[in-house]
Amino acid sequence: MTMLGDRQQLAYIAAQAADARVNVELETEGMTLNIGPQHPATHGTLRIIARLDGEQVVWAEPSAGYMHRGYEKLTEVRTYPQVTALVNRIDWLGSFANEVPFILAAEKLMGVEAPARAQHIRTILFELSRIANVSLFLGDLGVQLGAVTPVFFAFRDREYVLNLIEAATGGRFHPNFDRIGGLKDDLPAGFIDETRMVMKKLRTFCDQIEDLLFGNEIFQSRTRGIGVIPKDVALQYGLSGANLRASGVDWDLRRDQDLPMAWNKADWKVWTHPDGDSFARCWVRLQEVRESTKIVDQLLDTIPAGPVMAKVPKIIKVPEGEAWVSTENPLGEMGYYVVSQGDQGPFRVKIRSASFNNISIVPWVLKGVYVPDIITILASLYFILGDIDR
Amino acid sequence: MNSALIAADLAYWAQSLLRVLGGLVAVLLPAGTVVYLFLFKMMSFMQSRLGPMEAGPYGSMQLFAEVGKWLQKEDIVPANAQPEARIFKMAPLIVLASTFLLVVVVPFGPDAWFTDFEVGIFYALAVSSVSVLGILIAGWSSANKYSLLGGLRAAGQLIAYELPMVLAVIGVVIQAGTMNLQQIVVAQNAGSMFGWNGVGNPYILTQFVAFIIFMISVQAELTQTPFDMPIAESELVSGYMTEYSGFRFLIFFIGEFATAGVFAMIASVLFLGGWGVPFAWFGWTDMDSIDNWMNVAGPLILFTKMIVLVFFIMWVRFSFPRFREDQLQRFAWKILIPVSLVNIMVTAVLKVAF
Repeated sequence: MTMLGDRQQLAYIAAQAADARVNVELETEGMTLNIGPQHPATHGTLRIIARLDGEQVVWAEPSAGYMHRGYEKLTEVRTYPQVTALVNRIDWLGSFANEVPFILAAEKLMGVEAPARAQHIRTILFELSRIANVSLFLGDLGVQLGAVTPVFFAFRDREYVLNLIEAATGGRFHPNFDRIGGLKDDLPAGFIDETRMVMKKLRTFCDQIEDLLFGNEIFQSRTRGIGVIPKDVALQYGLSGANLRASGVDWDLRRDQDLPMAWNKADWKVWTHPDGDSFARCWVRLQEVRESTKIVDQLLDTIPAGPVMAKVPKIIKVPEGEAWVSTENPLGEMGYYVVSQGDQGPFRVKIRSASFNNISIVPWVLKGVYVPDIITILASLYFILGDIDR
Repeated sequence: MNSALIAADLAYWAQSLLRVLGGLVAVLLPAGTVVYLFLFKMMSFMQSRLGPMEAGPYGSMQLFAEVGKWLQKEDIVPANAQPEARIFKMAPLIVLASTFLLVVVVPFGPDAWFTDFEVGIFYALAVSSVSVLGILIAGWSSANKYSLLGGLRAAGQLIAYELPMVLAVIGVVIQAGTMNLQQIVVAQNAGSMFGWNGVGNPYILTQFVAFIIFMISVQAELTQTPFDMPIAESELVSGYMTEYSGFRFLIFFIGEFATAGVFAMIASVLFLGGWGVPFAWFGWTDMDSIDNWMNVAGPLILFTKMIVLVFFIMWVRFSFPRFREDQLQRFAWKILIPVSLVNIMVTAVLKVAF
């Protein structure tokens, strides 16, 4: 027990109590199943300690931190432009989206605003990384439920999006493209036509996934009514993103916030689902990809002319102050609280990542479910390990 | 039936040797074909990729490369399984043994069979459940929680799906009036429908419900998606196979695909006319008038039918997500068994009526 933290110790005692209760009622012996840190279902190293009674979960507890990289501390010894190279490794599937809130926070402190063209392109790239991220989720959903084929479709079609991001930024996974005051470069020639074509392909992909998975009776029987999170519980646990919208809360920072980005220049819809079960979470994400392709399509039509970089000094020094900016990232609300003391680098950065809060509901939602449903629920909550551990 | 059989003149040991070799071919050839054709190639094409392309033309030697790789690997017994190491090592062999026991009763041609059991299909259904023992032993002796869960799930599932399988076969047995697989084949090919004998009387037409139930049960017996809860790789790592490596894993692997092949053979014997072609095509009337070349053509015909059936098994496997184990139990007990009971009743009534 010396190796365990207080929280785990308490959880262990709770497990013993639960075990004793089960033993009295049914005279059966419980079993502690340790899912992870190395396990095929957890894409990363999340560990879930589950106390089982037969196939039923009596109690479960996520144990994060196996991949902690200390980004909050590392930002303190880097300059502002260098930080983007770090933070886009937090959610590695939608990495451009990680850079944006940090840059926006720094811009807010400096009182700089990116030119309209840069805002447009930022939004386009932001949505492209959302599509790349969530389309992989849609494929991975199949694997978690035992259908091996959809994930290959997802990888195939995500490749088109990654190619676009590479064409624009030079990096497939870690663009490191956002700068304080704008963007590093303008869009390359032919990007707009290419993107339109890819968006069409992605919409076809969404239809395919809907046919393959969402219409499948087995998929529905595995996800409908499983892992239900009511509205008030979702709010109490601080869920965000599609997980919150699937519980019926109409909340989207892209629409609700007034940021120097171009979302309000497009016509799109925030989807919610009243059920709050695994199916709802998956379905909301599917609609999200569709809406994102619509946003990109519309923004491509209206990119204004002009420079992509505002006038900023060569050596960036951010004036003293504190700023909080959060955006609606693929996984949920992602925010940076930046404290500056007038140096070239931040004095302190607090990263609020979506997955860390989203998995905090795991002990609540896993209580009483069957072992196979652990995987369904975790898959539908959709976390990226880098986003939990930072 | 031709009296001038070559095999009948051989000594007992030579006959036995031939039988053993024949059994190996009958188990390993379908397994290899199924793995290459479906697991490697069809799955890849469904997923818009090429599959193995380097080893041999179009990757056809990939299987040998894989077998060679597995044979080189260390035969690991987990530390906690050491006290029962013998049982741990035995489990995959039991699973493979049930496949070999199954193939014994499959008729490949008018004279090409290993044994001609009067109660062939009864025997086949009985020995097919031997594999449950192997799986349960594997799950228990691995001293691994995932393996234990997988083994218990497998035991529950295999026992639950044995029943609809048996009940589906009873329809065929009632219609054919025999349990002998050879005579079931003859009854289908020599039969006629409403006086027309152009395609004989394959029972897939009259026992369509039984065929569907049988194929679903086969899918479950093979623990393939959508019934692969026992090995569910996303939650139980590999279920009862988790702790096996090297050639013991290979034996499980061969067992899985060989059993798929053998079950498909039994299904084609029961429902598609087995090794035979409709006897009317060549003017045959019964077993004795069949030409001798059917002993060569018969296995090929059976093999073709098997490939077609395995195609469907694999198609389902690569397309569907999996059931939860309480859902699949409910599916067996609440849907398949009542439907197959109704099928038996209707078959029996019609058998008496006509």
